[in-house]
Amino acid sequence: MNEDDVDRIDRNRRHFLTVATAVTGAVGVGFVAVPFLSSLKPSARAQALGAPVEVPIGSMQPGEMVRVLWRGRLVFVLRRSEAMMARLPESLADLRDPNSEVAEQQPDYAANETRSVNPEFLVVEGSCTHLGCAPLEDFEVRPAENWAGGFFCPCHGSKFDLAGRVYKGVPAPTNLRVPPHRFVRDDLILIGQDTGAA
Amino acid sequence: MARIEAEVGKPQGGLMKWIDDRFPFTETMKYHATEYYASKNFNFWYVFGVLAFVVLAIQLITGIFLTMNYKPAAAEAFASVEYIMRDVEWGWLIRYMHSTGASFFFIVVYLHMFRAMLYGSYKKPRELIWIIGMMIFFVLMAEGFAGYLLPWGQMSYWGAQVIISLFGAIPGIGEALVEIIRGDYSISDITLNRFFALHVIVLPLALIGLVFVHIVALHEVGSNNPDGIEIKENKGPDGVPLDGIAFHPYHTSKDLVAIIVFLMIFSAVVFFAPDMGGYFLEHANFEPANLTATPEHIAPVWYFTPFYAILRAVPDKLWGFILFVLAVLLPVFLPWLDRARVKSIRYRGWIYKSALTMFVVTFLSLGWLGTQPAEDIYVLAARIFSVLYFAFFLLMPYYTTIDKTKPVPDRVVYHG
Repeated sequence: MNEDDVDRIDRNRRHFLTVATAVTGAVGVGFVAVPFLSSLKPSARAQALGAPVEVPIGSMQPGEMVRVLWRGRLVFVLRRSEAMMARLPESLADLRDPNSEVAEQQPDYAANETRSVNPEFLVVEGSCTHLGCAPLEDFEVRPAENWAGGFFCPCHGSKFDLAGRVYKGVPAPTNLRVPPHRFVRDDLILIGQDTGAA
Repeated sequence: MARIEAEVGKPQGGLMKWIDDRFPFTETMKYHATEYYASKNFNFWYVFGVLAFVVLAIQLITGIFLTMNYKPAAAEAFASVEYIMRDVEWGWLIRYMHSTGASFFFIVVYLHMFRAMLYGSYKKPRELIWIIGMMIFFVLMAEGFAGYLLPWGQMSYWGAQVIISLFGAIPGIGEALVEIIRGDYSISDITLNRFFALHVIVLPLALIGLVFVHIVALHEVGSNNPDGIEIKENKGPDGVPLDGIAFHPYHTSKDLVAIIVFLMIFSAVVFFAPDMGGYFLEHANFEPANLTATPEHIAPVWYFTPFYAILRAVPDKLWGFILFVLAVLLPVFLPWLDRARVKSIRYRGWIYKSALTMFVVTFLSLGWLGTQPAEDIYVLAARIFSVLYFAFFLLMPYYTTIDKTKPVPDRVVYHG
């Protein structure tokens, strides 16, 4: 290659080809990345295993709570006693979201004073909205400690009342999540499926 | 040119020449060992780089042997670890070497990082070595975290639950990101399987690559020393730094002593206290994962607890996450936060000496607090120490500027 040839290099053309090759390559990488990233999402089997679960509630006593797993997540089903329900409106001022205004935390049909379909039965995910530990039930009322009964997370000290509503001044930002659910019969709850209203 | 010079005085021919004509073997050995000159006055603090390399080797070898018997499936993982412990010949030793190695990796790396803070090893021209080192630290944290899920014990499960949930705090994309990390609606068999892939392939590859780059960068600029002076500025007529001696055989001989002492301590732990009273292997992890009950007292392994204590000290999910990430990232910026004209603590004033002492106390206290329950007095203490932790870094540009420094000698000095 002599000096005349060097002078005749079209730099604009070379620059265009470099950019065009790089852009085409980047687009190609982007397309190839899709199947790889998609493979990280929950698989068809994982979705199928997330099918609704039935919880028979006919034999539950007032004040009794059962734990079930739905999609591998812990769900609490609590049959609230009369006394428990009577205490629900007592400490509204201490709650961060007493009226269930954060829409993602419950289906519309549970965005009410008791956060439930049937005021007697509380159905919430047993997963602290802070970092996902399972809260412990602590239903004993201790006025001396200003504790009206509810759920306490052992990991970072978040507190929730008997409707799964979070107290102020704790790390958890929102109320416990109410999963989609419906009453198939008076004595049977189906968790993971509702009438489609949600 | 360099290669031709290197061959002067050597017998021509032979296997070495055959190799050297095809691969720069002799040249590489000279560049990185027999003619790599490091300061003569290295002290105790300069053994931890080599020790980190030793632990890496232990982890790779024991890890390979563990994968031959471990099953990365939720239904079988816990039992396969017990199988290794009871039925595989010497399986208990290999597994305890690996679990103890994880903790020793962090002990050695924390001391290695502290050495850099003592003698200003992160300062110009070694900023990139420090940044690559911090990347190694991050990969190591990810590696430790992924590995801790594999035994599928109670603490494996709930510890992972807490740390993965952290990412859910990111506004907007948090929940989707968490689902991608888990590959499921909760931590499951699928999560375990992918954490296994990360732990045995992705992260170790990244680790080895970064360690390689760390050493290449170090050998380009040369090692720092306890006096924080550049030994390359005083060279003899042969071009060798007057205060330097060849890494091999001089420093390697000294390092061999350190390795032997290290292995004695390491063996003592492996044989006599592999769980280190619940700090290296947490007691709750001797129970298989139970998806319906969080252990009463949950804490990560000790090497994460200083940062965990900061996370817990903040009564807000998003801010807790932000401060947690900041606490881990801040040391990356040390080369620019530290404005002192001198590198070594030997020539710094009382302000930096006090600040560094306070930082050590703060870091150890946060580490201890992170293992304690989230009760009032501990949370309060964690808040105070969190403030001190950030103050050490964020006020550094100020206090290193006003600190009175002593004159630095031209040549290295020896103490005692």
